This record gives sequence, structure tokens and C-alpha cells, in this order.
Amino acid sequence: MNLTEKQQAILNGSEGETLAKVMKTMVRYGEVFGADSMVEITSEYNHLVTSFGLKALSAVYELFDQLIEAGAISKQQFSMDPRPLDPNVPSNFLQNFVFKNFMYTRQEEYEKQLKQLGLMNENAFTCACYMDEVGNTPKKGDILSWSESSAVVYANSVLGARCNRNSGVIDIMGSIVGYVPYFGLLTDEGRKAKWIVEIKTSKKPEAQLLGSAIGMKVMEDVPYIVGLDKWLGTLDDAAKTYLKDFGAATASNGAVGLYHVEGITPEAVELGRELLAEDVKTYVIDDAELERVYKSYPVIWKNKDAKPKLCFMGCPHMSIEQLTSWTVKVEEGLKKNNQKKVVIPTVFTAAPGVLEKFKETEYAERLKATGVIVSYICPLMYMNNPLSTKMPVITSSNKLRTYTSARYYTDDEILEQITGGAK
Amino acid sequence: MRTFTGRIVAEGTITAPAVVSKGGLNTLASFQKALQFGDKKATCGDQNNPDLYGKAMAGKALCLPRTIGSTTGGLVLYGACSLKRQPACMLFSEPIDSLAAAGAILADIWIDDVTMPVIDSLGEEFLEYVKDGMTITVKENGVVEVE
Repeated sequence: MNLTEKQQAILNGSEGETLAKVMKTMVRYGEVFGADSMVEITSEYNHLVTSFGLKALSAVYELFDQLIEAGAISKQQFSMDPRPLDPNVPSNFLQNFVFKNFMYTRQEEYEKQLKQLGLMNENAFTCACYMDEVGNTPKKGDILSWSESSAVVYANSVLGARCNRNSGVIDIMGSIVGYVPYFGLLTDEGRKAKWIVEIKTSKKPEAQLLGSAIGMKVMEDVPYIVGLDKWLGTLDDAAKTYLKDFGAATASNGAVGLYHVEGITPEAVELGRELLAEDVKTYVIDDAELERVYKSYPVIWKNKDAKPKLCFMGCPHMSIEQLTSWTVKVEEGLKKNNQKKVVIPTVFTAAPGVLEKFKETEYAERLKATGVIVSYICPLMYMNNPLSTKMPVITSSNKLRTYTSARYYTDDEILEQITGGAK
Repeated sequence: MRTFTGRIVAEGTITAPAVVSKGGLNTLASFQKALQFGDKKATCGDQNNPDLYGKAMAGKALCLPRTIGSTTGGLVLYGACSLKRQPACMLFSEPIDSLAAAGAILADIWIDDVTMPVIDSLGEEFLEYVKDGMTITVKENGVVEVE
């Protein structure tokens, strides 16, 4: 690794032992991937994945204490993934007891640490930090030290920023030293596609199902997707929402950090098929392939015919466009099925800033009238315990399905279930 | 017995029984329940991994192509190491991914009393040959013996 004089000095301890260890961590991280230099982070804000004060991860908070005590703090503020708890979300006495006494016992203390380390503001807890209402939207070409797989893949693909799939802790360490190792998705070569994915479906493919299929096929490679522009049109709010959910599924069902959509995403618009690497492989997705992928998902509910007790929508967090369009869909579904309120307790999750904006619209009261609850919670963190695992929870999030016992249904199927139309 | 040679990501030598994941290991899905609820064996909780689901990972030679999924992956591995519930070693058939590398490096640099040798680029043949329960010995210079 060729370090600048300043970087070498930090590594040698010019700014203290702790900062030297942080630099050593970043240098070793880069060396594993053949990086020959460290490049400056240029984004205004960072984004961190570790939003939870989980007892089991005490070592992480102790490490953060070391950083704070040594003054190894970044000048770059950051947003965080969503909070793990929200009293608005239905939970029973036992769940609350477990959440507060066994799982998130370090939440309060951890949030104090985050303020000391540079949290943007009290509302900066969301996995969809790139939304206008949150204010952490990198520019094309910005170099980031972000984590959160769904945010990284969105920033790379939809915004044209440059970021590797960094782990939690590495995210903040990059920001502290101000540099990240130059490899992978930061480089032009690393952004080339090794797969062409041809979309040949008879209707607009379900975003979360398409992302899952591609993620499981290409794993960490970059796919170049053709035929999706026919269904998306232009990169408007609806297309961005689609790509948010699609990308999260590619990143959680596989390890995709960047995708190009022909005619839609900025680099594909600019460079087209120049983005294809040599010896590119092809994956054709038609209706039958999506059906095959859907049927391959295991259902790990003890009673596979159990009546769902909860429905989560919004992993990753919903956009205002989604909250609005789903309000109308739920209203219409209830009307069609002669119901007044949703028949399954249903939670729509979104960033605090998005929820505030949504509350200013007429749709907020209309959604409330349907019985749907809105929350800033992280559904994944809610589900990560044996009590919630035993609950039959449904979702149209392929990320939530992957990490928890939640059962996946398509958007239309979810709508039928929560509005009382499903048999 | 067969010998494979890879690249050292984290140094160390060890002998342990193998557990094998033919597909990518989703670190968060695999370790989360074990870490949160005191499972010292670190039983794999990933429903989508038929090779590993329900099997103990702590103290085992974890053989895999790569890790996938959430970017909490590195800190989850770091957390497993801090609680001494980490695999005895991690042996990757492919070049290591950024999340597993982060976990291995963080543990190596920031935790004093933990050793988890990590070798990558052992090749497809390694993953085809190794089976659950085989004895794995990680030697110096990236050499892995399987018997």
C-alpha cells in the first residue's frame, strides 16, 4: 500500500495509539483486496449500520468508548440504521420484557455514544438515509465509507456514488481517518458488469422477487439489467422506490453492491454496454423463473397454515410515494372486501423525516383510518428474538424474509391478506 | 488426506472438525440468535442455508465459499470473537469478501486474546472435497490439511 506522508504518519502514531490502530485496520482491510492507495472520502455525511444497543455486542460499544476517550472522532456526521424499538408497534408483555431486559439493554447508553461520535440529528435513524426528507443524499462520483447493504447498493446504483460493501465498524473507522482503501466498487474496473440479466416477463416484475432472483444468481457480481426500462420508464420517484426495494433484495439474498439498469441508472445511461466486462454471463428471467424462485423460499413457521398475527411493510423503509400509494391500495382493498379496518395488525415503517412529511398530507389520516400503524422501527430488529420468531409474521420484504422467520408474499397477496380478501 | 494451500488473511494454526456450507454464509442470519441468547455452540440460525442450519459453528473449522448478506456481518463476527463463540477457523474457497475480511481484521487487531485463523482462495476443489466432521489442520503458510 502506498500511503501519503500524512497517512503514514497517522499509522506511525503521530496522532496517538488509537488512531494508529484505526489506520492499521483500514490499511489491512485494503491490503486484503489488493488496494494500492487510500482515497479521501468526499461525501458530506456517512451512514452506519449499527443502530442497536444489543447486549451481545458489548465489545463494539467498548471499542467505541476507546475511540471517544482517545478523541478519535470524525468531523463527518452520520445517519444510522433504524432504531430497534418503537412503542407504537404491537408487542406483548413478554416481548417487551425481553426487548428491554435481555436484548437492547445498551440502547440508551449507545445512543449517547452516537451523539458524541457525530450523529446528524435525533431523526437520522433510517436505512433509507438517501431520501430527500432525511438529507443524506450523496452526489454522483462521491466516495463513501457507508455500510448498510441496501443503502450502499442504492447509493452506488441509483445515485452513482462509489462505496464498497463496508462492514459496521469499518464504516466509522474510514470516516475517522478520512480515507478508504481504493478497491472494488470504488474503481472503474470494479464497476463493470459480469452478468447481463435479460428481463422477459409478461408484466412488471415484483421488485423484491426480481432482486432476490438476481442476488441469488450473481452473488457479489455486478449485473447489467436489460428490459427493465420497459417497465420503469424513467428514473422518477416510483422508479426510485422500485429500485430501493429491488436493490435491498439483491444485497440481502446475495451480496450485490452495484447494479446497472439499461436506460435508467446514471452510469448505464452514460456508458451503456461499455460497462460490460469481458466474458459476460447471461441470466434470463421470465415468469417461470420468478415463480421458481418464489416457490424455493422455505416456510419455517411451526404451523404453516397459521393465521398471520402481524404484517410488516417497509424493509427497507418506505418512501413517501409508497406510503401514499399504499394508502389508496389499502382503502380500495377494504372497500372491495367490505371491511372497515385491516384484519391483520399491520405496520408500515419509514424514516422519521418521511413520516413527518407524510403526516402533513391528507393521506396520513386516511391511512390511520384503515387501522395501519406507521412506525420508524427496524422490523428486522423487532423480529430477532425467539418470541417474535414464533409469531406468524408476513411481509413483502425479501430482506426481512431472509434474516427472520417472516413469510414472504407479493405486494398483491399482502394486500389481499391485510384487507380481508384472502381465503 | 489432502492438502490445500490458500492465502492467509488472519494468521494462526489450529486443528478442528469441519462444518461445511456449500453456499454463501449469511453471517447475520447465521449468528444472530446464538449471540443474543447465550448459545455457546453458536448454532446456525439461517433458514436459507440447508447445509448449516441447526449445526454448531463455535470451535469448528468453518468451510465456505464466501459470506453474504447484511453489512453487520463484520461486526457480528467481531462480536462472536469477543464472546469466544467464533469458529475455530474460517476457510474460504473463494477470495474473501469485504464483510468477512472486516470481521477477521477487527478481531485480530482489537481483541487481544482471540485467535481465529482465516485462509481464503483455497479453490473450488477444497469445498468439493471437504465434508462435515472431517479433521482440518491449519498450518503455517496458508496450508490446510483435510482428513
